[in-house]
Amino acid sequence: MTTEMFILATLDGLSAAALLFMVALGLTLIFGVMGILNVAHGSLYAIGGYVAATLGLAIDKFGLSPALYLPALFLAAILIGPLLGTLLEVGLLRRILGKEHVLQLLVTFAAFMILEDVQRLVWGTQPYFVSNVMNQFGNTDVLGITYTNYQMIVLPVVAAVAYYGLRYFLTKTWLGREVIAMTFHREVATAMGVNAKLVSLLTFVIGAGLGTLGGALASPSTALLPGVGADMIVQSFAVIAIAGLGQLGGAALAACLIGLSRSFAVYLMPELAVLTPYIIMVLVLLVRPEGLFAATSMRRI
Amino acid sequence: MFIRLVTVALIVLTIIISHSFPWLKTPVIFSLCNGLAVLGVIVLIRAGQVSFGHAMYSCAAGYMVVFLARAYQLDGLLLIGLATSVATVFSALLGLFIVRYRGIFFGMLNLAFSMVLYSIISKFTTITGGTDGLSFTRPPLAGFVLERDAFETALLYVVLACALICGLLAQRYFESAPGQSLAAIKTNETRLEYLGISAKHVFWMGYLFSGFLAGLGGSLFAIAQGLVTPEAGYWVRSGEFVFIAILGGSGHAIGAYLGAFIFEFVRFYAAALLTGAWQITLGTVLIVIIFLAPEGLVGMLTRFRLPARR
Repeated sequence: MTTEMFILATLDGLSAAALLFMVALGLTLIFGVMGILNVAHGSLYAIGGYVAATLGLAIDKFGLSPALYLPALFLAAILIGPLLGTLLEVGLLRRILGKEHVLQLLVTFAAFMILEDVQRLVWGTQPYFVSNVMNQFGNTDVLGITYTNYQMIVLPVVAAVAYYGLRYFLTKTWLGREVIAMTFHREVATAMGVNAKLVSLLTFVIGAGLGTLGGALASPSTALLPGVGADMIVQSFAVIAIAGLGQLGGAALAACLIGLSRSFAVYLMPELAVLTPYIIMVLVLLVRPEGLFAATSMRRI
Repeated sequence: MFIRLVTVALIVLTIIISHSFPWLKTPVIFSLCNGLAVLGVIVLIRAGQVSFGHAMYSCAAGYMVVFLARAYQLDGLLLIGLATSVATVFSALLGLFIVRYRGIFFGMLNLAFSMVLYSIISKFTTITGGTDGLSFTRPPLAGFVLERDAFETALLYVVLACALICGLLAQRYFESAPGQSLAAIKTNETRLEYLGISAKHVFWMGYLFSGFLAGLGGSLFAIAQGLVTPEAGYWVRSGEFVFIAILGGSGHAIGAYLGAFIFEFVRFYAAALLTGAWQITLGTVLIVIIFLAPEGLVGMLTRFRLPARR
């Protein structure tokens, strides 16, 4: 492996990790509060990407100002995340809180299947690739490698802002602390006067928004195809499983681990690239079944 | 009693349908094969666990059938036996690791392993034929070299016998001490351990049995189709198994076959009408079942029985 390849793989890995981290953050936040792994989160990512790509194409078509490219990505996430999030939470998730874990998982899996087909019906099976934002930001030379500013600077910055923003919200604001209380014990939190329904809905909308934002920001640098949602849910699950369910900070490290190892695998062993998240997840869980950063949980008899 | 009646009716119906409408023989065989794999998923659902990767055992058994059939001139029944044993051993080994996990982790780890297998099969084109799969010539069955039509009829009875035996076996298992302990993993695992029973061991046995059933279903499917593709191990297949298991219900082994028949025939007739919206249909039906009839078809049957008892 040459130095150029090494740098290229590192940059690829870090930008992928930034996206992965945002999506996983949403997934783990929802899990923390509702105790449900939302399989449909992968579809939120994919639909966020498709909507962003459609907006990007629309800007070109109507000859609008190129300055709108970047805001359009955020607009896509803000439009579709809360909309689908509310729909899913009110229509399905809040109705299955008391059900068995198997059934909860299956309901979100069913929602995922429905949304996968919806994508195919709306956007077809042709790959979408709208890279106008990425070209707009230009390239920079890093140690002899030309790399896009968008992937190198914009993505990690947005991911960091999302993480610190979320942490500020959770630890410093009243509503955020109610969310934290809910993750510890839903019933006790309700007894203390937390509006559980509202907090659940809010958390879900924020989580869904992070998912769609991840998709929207990924759309300039990756081609959107049917199946990206399935790929993303597996990767982001691997991230939160490695970190330990509900661990926000650990997810950043786990995302880097998966992003980097996948990008290195692309250069070194392309056949194994798809498998790296699975392999790392299996290896980590083999040693630490609860994940790397999980706190030990109490056993209820 | 009512369920026994349904079982007999189903067997008779299977035989009548496939003799009076020969073109339905293949879907009947396929749904019985699927039913076997679904029964494997149901064993795990009784323990409160759902596997999103059980198609890997069907797929592994299917490829084993192809490899053996292409390399040696073996009898069909021997192929089924060997391939099923390989899948069972595979599940026993993987089970050693997987049975340590519950809930989401269990489901996703099964998915992870099935995806690893799927990618390996799709990538190593020279050995596995890649995404086109591998085909093989029709093997002799129990020593007889049969024409296509006779072969299908014979295979139908083999599959039917396997399904019946496995259904009875599963019912026996559910009612036995290990089967009851398996169900206790769902209700309260800690209490099970307090009784001095190793939950891990109980679950491992269940996992082994479910791997055996999925492998048997997969090897029969491969023989019936004469072709195996990596699709047989894709997560969509595993998802279908779980779907059928929920549709049929986990209360009784018959649920697997009832669900599989309905699934296969709805797909047979409705797939053309619903092209492009097939997954929407599956997803919607799944949600409706979970909300309105969480016990599945078996639950409806047992509820039907109750008034007679009063």
